[in-house]
Amino acid sequence: MNTSNTQTITAASVMPNMSQLFGWLKSLQYPAVGITGLLLLWWFGGFMIENDPDLSAFAAFAPAPTFSALVDLVASGEVWQPIGSSLYRILSGLVWGIGIGVPVGVTVGYFGLALKVTNVPFQFLRMISPLAWMPIAVLAFQSWDSAIIFLIVMATVWPIIFSTAHGVRRIDPNWFKVARNLGASGFQMLRRIILPAIMTDVMAGIRLAVGVAWVVLVPAEYLGVTSGLGYAINDARDTLSYDSLAAVVIVIGIIGYGLDTVCSVLIKRFNWHME
Amino acid sequence: MGASISLDYITHRFSAAAKPTLKDIENRIEPGELVALIGRSGCGKSTLLHMMAGLLIPSDGCVRINNHLVTKPSAKWNMMFQKASLYPWMNVKENAALGLLFDGMPKAKAGERVDTLLDMVGLHDKKEVNVQSLSGGQQQRVALARSLATEPEVLLLDEPFSALDAFTRTQLQEEVPNICRERGITMVIVTHDIDEAIAMADRVLIMSQNPGRIVGELTVDLPWPRRHMDAGFQSMRDELMQQFKGTDTGLAGRNGADTEESEVSESAA
Ligand SMILES: Nc1ncnc2c1ncn2[C@@H]1O[C@H](COP(=O)(O)OP(=O)(O)OP(=O)(O)O)[C@@H](O)[C@H]1O
Ligand SMILES: [Mg+2]
Repeated sequence: MNTSNTQTITAASVMPNMSQLFGWLKSLQYPAVGITGLLLLWWFGGFMIENDPDLSAFAAFAPAPTFSALVDLVASGEVWQPIGSSLYRILSGLVWGIGIGVPVGVTVGYFGLALKVTNVPFQFLRMISPLAWMPIAVLAFQSWDSAIIFLIVMATVWPIIFSTAHGVRRIDPNWFKVARNLGASGFQMLRRIILPAIMTDVMAGIRLAVGVAWVVLVPAEYLGVTSGLGYAINDARDTLSYDSLAAVVIVIGIIGYGLDTVCSVLIKRFNWHME
Repeated sequence: MGASISLDYITHRFSAAAKPTLKDIENRIEPGELVALIGRSGCGKSTLLHMMAGLLIPSDGCVRINNHLVTKPSAKWNMMFQKASLYPWMNVKENAALGLLFDGMPKAKAGERVDTLLDMVGLHDKKEVNVQSLSGGQQQRVALARSLATEPEVLLLDEPFSALDAFTRTQLQEEVPNICRERGITMVIVTHDIDEAIAMADRVLIMSQNPGRIVGELTVDLPWPRRHMDAGFQSMRDELMQQFKGTDTGLAGRNGADTEESEVSESAA
């Protein structure tokens, strides 16, 4: 302990970049422990399955076959097409969700009456699983793609609306007064005061929305469509290639984590609160 | 150039059933005049100031600035509040230039315009800084620059220095009237502090409570800059104190509305 400390200190005094690197590595040590634990559990589960005669057909779920399938998937380039389709759907859904959610959220937050009127219906609608809209979506939309995007919109609008409305209600009333006093028009108030003030909350809502949407997307892709990560899972199951099924699950996890990281970076970027 | 303000028989009720908060307020403030408005907490000083700023419309009577009926806020009659209320997503310069931006001035030109103002209020080395890192006094200076940037004819101040430390407050009490006198801006300041009134104003208006009306006034005929230690200052303050006590209805006039004890006399003591 002591020696490693002094090492860090000397390294820091010699090369500031080295100390940054050490700090960075240090910050990774806990996630590394967590990931290792997860892998161990997984390996243990695979071991149990393999040794259970009833389940041994599923032995390909274990880490080793999964990772080799994952390497194959990436090396052959097969993995990109489903990722592309899934990302396209989630981004389209998100764009619509933001396009609808932010204006509605601002309106609801700004006008007390609108909040009172919409609160109960919105809370009600929010609690309905987006997947429950599937039959309606299939009837209403020509293509499966649009139907799935509709489901994503249904998943994303609520967190965005609530978070935006919350942000608007939290705005310091003095900010409105000062802006009005300086001669702000309605549009200028929106553009220069309201939108920047709620940006952090909107981003937080988007982050929640992305989480929900990503979770909803995969089961939505079980139905109808012939592309995307959900379809890839279904396809792997039908062809009994459990190793590539598990590999796709890993891909889904990684991409979901990546999307969330992008959101949290954006939140930091738009956050004007000073520590 | 400064504008005249005329208060024409203003009566105001916050709700139709309530007793009037302000009653029959009538006064005329000359262009370039510096006026202080004093009175007990809750007597309606802020309400009256909001009306001059066009942020509130009286239920009876009206405010005219240069004979122009005030119906909405304008950057030409600008108000400064107790809290600076700066926008934390803008730096010092952007905050100060906001009124110009609202007026349609291009950003670059607005920035240039506030440059000299920020120098004047003593923030030459803080222009690009995040406003959240400023002290309370510095923030209020940014707010002052923001108010002055639009070249207002009237500057309305609602206890703008009450949250500041004594040293900064004294400085600003000297600087603000100087700026207003240089630029011929008409100034109205609401204050609890009799010293502040004497230090900053040509004329002090005394308000009573329940209903709020103007019950007395005192012309402060002292040379600038005003020094708290001068004999003239001391006697002026005593005179205002006497007059305030004479017109004050005290607790009797408040209908037990709130129980705060005489802040005005305390701050003067
Ligand atoms: N929006 C409002 N609705 C109803 N009553 C109000 C409103 N604003 C102020 N009042 C009442 O009007 C009276 C005068 O308020 P005002 O804020 O003008 O007092 P003030 O003289 O500025 O007091 P202070 O010195 O404490 O700032 C108070 O009794 C207050 O309760
Ligand atoms: Mg007040």
